Amino acid sequence: MTISAKNFRELRLERMRRDFGGLNALKDISLTIKRGEFIALLGPSGCGKSTALNCLAGLLPLTGGSIWVDDNRIDHLKPEDRGFGMVFQNYALFPHMSLRKNIGFGLRMQKQPQAVIDAKVEEALALVRLTKQADKLPGQISGGQQQRVAIARAIVVEPPLVLMDEPLSNLDAKLRLEMRAEIRRIHNMIGCSTIYVTHDQDEALSLADRIVVLRDGEVRQVGTPQELYARPAHADVAEFMGYRNLLKAEAETEENGRLSMRVGTARIAGLAVEPGNGRDVIAALRPEDLTPSTDGPIAASVISAEYRGRDFYGLARTQDGMELWFRSDIPVQPGEALRLGAPAERVLVYPARAA
Amino acid sequence: MSAAMERAPLTAPAAPDRVSLSQRLARRGLDVTTLLLMPALLFVLALFVYPALYGFWLSLHPMNANGVFGFGNYISFFSDRYVYGTIFTTLELAVPVTLVNIALSVPIALRVRHLRKQRLLTTILIIPVTLGTVLTAQGMLNFYGPLGWFNRILMTLHVIDAPVRLVHNFTGVFLSQIVSGFPFCFMLILSYVSGIDPSLEQAASMLGAGPAARFRHILLPLLGAGLAITFCLAFVQAFSVFPSAVLVGSPSGPTRVIAIAAYHAAYEQYDYSMGSAIAIIMGGVQIIVVAIVMKASAALYRGPAAGGKG
Repeated sequence: MTISAKNFRELRLERMRRDFGGLNALKDISLTIKRGEFIALLGPSGCGKSTALNCLAGLLPLTGGSIWVDDNRIDHLKPEDRGFGMVFQNYALFPHMSLRKNIGFGLRMQKQPQAVIDAKVEEALALVRLTKQADKLPGQISGGQQQRVAIARAIVVEPPLVLMDEPLSNLDAKLRLEMRAEIRRIHNMIGCSTIYVTHDQDEALSLADRIVVLRDGEVRQVGTPQELYARPAHADVAEFMGYRNLLKAEAETEENGRLSMRVGTARIAGLAVEPGNGRDVIAALRPEDLTPSTDGPIAASVISAEYRGRDFYGLARTQDGMELWFRSDIPVQPGEALRLGAPAERVLVYPARAA
Repeated sequence: MSAAMERAPLTAPAAPDRVSLSQRLARRGLDVTTLLLMPALLFVLALFVYPALYGFWLSLHPMNANGVFGFGNYISFFSDRYVYGTIFTTLELAVPVTLVNIALSVPIALRVRHLRKQRLLTTILIIPVTLGTVLTAQGMLNFYGPLGWFNRILMTLHVIDAPVRLVHNFTGVFLSQIVSGFPFCFMLILSYVSGIDPSLEQAASMLGAGPAARFRHILLPLLGAGLAITFCLAFVQAFSVFPSAVLVGSPSGPTRVIAIAAYHAAYEQYDYSMGSAIAIIMGGVQIIVVAIVMKASAALYRGPAAGGKG
């Protein structure tokens, strides 16, 4: 007997919508999730990612659209009839039940024979490495262990889909890295689909097969971690994915998607990612791609620099008052004058938003 | 090294003697702040412990034995069925009233905790408490009396032909006790219910538990200890019923509760010693019931009702 997810092909969200009074928390979310896929819902707080998760779980009714598992429409079903697993941000372990009973609760609700429950609970306990603690109450174990119980409890019923609501946000940095690997390991082992809500792009990049970036209740971009990292589709996604430098620029000439533009007094080149027909553009680049060099087009002076072990990260200001985050292999001192530049393929250009 | 070890036994035994009295008291949790307990302690001693002990002393010096020490009062109480029967009369009233109040409070509290206008509803429910038993009884006499609105409406609607008797009997006292006891039960239970993390129920429903299973496996076990305490407090309140048993009951018959017996002895027969004895018996019965409930609920979960950290 091994824990493995029930068979299904795909989960479809069709124009899923949720309003709170006059507020559109979710605006027509459409998405198809394949069996076995790990999806991260990524976005800043208030973007609607937890609302989306609660709608999928059935804890919040939709105000429009539909949810399908293969050919079955499920959005009218109560949470208890959907059969999804959920890991809550605060774990929501039943405080009066031992870990064994917590994990066995779902199977008990399915009225499985006691022998089956015992065997599966034992297996789930082994999966999250808590066999020795099985008879303790949740209050008697650490946060990381509680987290693992919550995961075991959600997956032991072999749900087709597991929903996770920022499950690592209450753990310390080291434990978070360990649990990240653990979550991915368990996901691969049981073969379910996972939807994982987070505001941490590192978590999303390292865990997910595909990332869905949400902002103000809308899907801004769906893509693999590589796509999102290298080619954010919009300036706001770029900002969220670590492109800390968003420079106002004026487009001059374009040739095969390669754009030449003026930033203050400097002239730089970049790739036009999002089509737009204005002269006002935004050039996005990561601090790690902006480095000092003798022929760098942007003249600036260092404001601050911090040592990061291998290299230095610093903040510099141009004569026009523009502030830039950069990386340097050699030590830099505050007040030092620099020339900064970035390879054109690492500078992404987006149309400026109408202010 | 060896020198230090040799010297140690010389100084060690002397150390405990040097600890001052205040330090030793502090180790047992007694320090200057403990003195802040004094006013409350005096209050309890003067207004509770002394009268209780004095009553107990009085009850052991029966009037008909000319104040000589003896168990005469207790013996005569338990040898007269008319008198000791009041214990059962009162229990028959207090236990169902308490159970009904709790049974009403739990589902209502479970509904109310999610309401946004919770405060308005709780204010309405609290009103009966502020009115007091006498005013409630007056109102009940007018409303449920033979010519009251309740009977008139039912008769106008031809539901009944003759007025239903709802006051001056057991039903009257029962209803009055519900009216005055419910808000108390409800507020206590609401606070227990609100203390249960809503994500626990959500987690249970994600695991396939319907409303009944969630109540049975999650809410009830987490509420258990709170319900036991509510039962005890509400029971003690109901067991000492007096005004409504007189005003809307039949104080010489089916609602001759133990408090009436005590009043009768002390202020109508002027046997203050016997009155004290009945009061002590009344307290004894309450303590026995509370002890049984507490003992029975000892196995229930009494930790925090939250789902984890954060």
